[in-house]
Amino acid sequence: MTNFLQWLMDPKRRGALLVTPAIVLLFVMNIFPLMWSFGLSFFHYKASSMKPPRFAGLYYYEKVLSDPVVWERFQTTAVIVTASVLMQMVIGFGLALLFAKKFPLRREIMMLVLTPMMLSFVAVGVFFKLFYEPTFGLLSQAMMYFTGEPFGLLATQAGAIFGIVFADAWMWSPFVMLLVLAGLVSVPDYLYEAAEVDRATPWQRFKTVTFPYVKGLLLLALLFRTIETFKLFDVVYIITNGGPGTSTETIAVYVYRVAFQFFKTSQSSALSYILLFVVIVLTNLYLYFVNRREREA
Amino acid sequence: MFATKKKNRALREAGWGRTLVAGFIGLIYFSPVLWIVMTAFKTRQDALATPPKLFFEPTLDNFVRVFYRVTTDGDQLSTGMGLYFFNSIFIAGAGVLLAVVIGTLAAYGFSRYPLRGNDTYLFVILTTRMLPPIVVIVPIFLMFRVTGLSGGYIGIILLYAMFNLAFSVWMMKSFFDELSADVEDAARLDGANDLAVFFKICLPQLKAGLAATVVFALILTWNEFLFALLLTGSDTRTVPVAMARAMGGQLGVDWGLLAAIITLFLVPVFAVTYMLQNHLLRGVTFGTVKK
Repeated sequence: MTNFLQWLMDPKRRGALLVTPAIVLLFVMNIFPLMWSFGLSFFHYKASSMKPPRFAGLYYYEKVLSDPVVWERFQTTAVIVTASVLMQMVIGFGLALLFAKKFPLRREIMMLVLTPMMLSFVAVGVFFKLFYEPTFGLLSQAMMYFTGEPFGLLATQAGAIFGIVFADAWMWSPFVMLLVLAGLVSVPDYLYEAAEVDRATPWQRFKTVTFPYVKGLLLLALLFRTIETFKLFDVVYIITNGGPGTSTETIAVYVYRVAFQFFKTSQSSALSYILLFVVIVLTNLYLYFVNRREREA
Repeated sequence: MFATKKKNRALREAGWGRTLVAGFIGLIYFSPVLWIVMTAFKTRQDALATPPKLFFEPTLDNFVRVFYRVTTDGDQLSTGMGLYFFNSIFIAGAGVLLAVVIGTLAAYGFSRYPLRGNDTYLFVILTTRMLPPIVVIVPIFLMFRVTGLSGGYIGIILLYAMFNLAFSVWMMKSFFDELSADVEDAARLDGANDLAVFFKICLPQLKAGLAATVVFALILTWNEFLFALLLTGSDTRTVPVAMARAMGGQLGVDWGLLAAIITLFLVPVFAVTYMLQNHLLRGVTFGTVKK
């Protein structure tokens, strides 16, 4: 026993000792289940039936990749991700410029803007569902003032997608703001002074002085938000539940349906692995830029 | 060799004009939250009034109805919401405690005793957090069904520990990396053992960072929906799941009640966000971007 303790506490093993509990927890609760579902994706298996799994080879991968519905869901997701991330970048950048100066009550006012990203997706979904509600929602009432008719934003595909994008962008623009603000704060004052001496126009000053300092962080914000928005589930689930029809079903909502409403376990596992691959590629890219930024600093 | 920190760099002064503009924009930005909080204090008629009422007589009725419902016989029945709030606190608390303890140890290891393939481990750990929850939940759901962990406290707590582990490791590693190793070496020369170095030298310097990590993880867990939706039972249900269920009511949505639940749900988040402001950037990027 004491020998074992001595062996364990050997300074050579200090790193491994410290890291092991974390690796064990991750293995049991994440990596092992993922390997299990990787296995299942090669078998015929339904979680709702008692039939033992039957080997299926690559059948489900072929099925998923050749399924037009899956591609439709990817397209919906791509539209939402593009629109939302773009909106977040623009609004976030604007907000960052607003808060890049010191002024009285700055900290308090910044709270108003920063709060949304700390809220739960469910709560945000409820806010906007109430806001878009056709009979007494604020949006419908404002439209009624002009057109005299109630307005159901969520009744059409374009409207529903806009509704989701708006809610998501509202929630996450502060994230972009924080990153951009970190860049803006790091611009050395002497560069601004030099630009003043050179009588640079505001646009020139922005392009040659400010932007280079913000560029890297902007890229990180873009990647990070793309990864996160790609997983969008809760807001869609609450606001439209994929409707009208299935026109706002993102890939995450679709996997949820396949797995827990139709119980097509193998198919959802195969689909999950395709998502996993996408996220791993994006995360790699993100970390590459994080490391590059740290090397440059 | 101390890293020079340019933390509180002087921003250029803009004055009260900027306060007005920013305050106005901030209020517009914040208005959805304000609107929900106002709705929570409205009577049913006021909540559904057209045109919407900005001024009204506030009532606490909705908040009472969050916890008690009065039957036609005049009896007061619990709605179970008290239990759901307790569950949210208990599950998030236990999960985060586990994650932060294990995560801090691992972060210290990764920072001070790099292993072969250190970056690979860190990458795999971050990936577990970046994965869409839906990808993770399918196999976990199956595993919990086989092991009987579904619907109980232990399963969901372990799951949230996993969910927060990547975050804790990356956050705490970013804080450990900023500490100067010189102080630790000096302490070692004075004969302090590794345990003393960790507890007496490192941790005291990181109180703020540790607090930020804990609080951030608490909020992330407090807000989490999908795992809770699929893996909690009627006794272990958390507030977000209860909120989503209140949305799906058959007799139309009781907005006043829902707004009251949300308001109660948000209070801790507001308080904590204010305290965390200086650490928000690091927190929302899982420790990958420090400043």
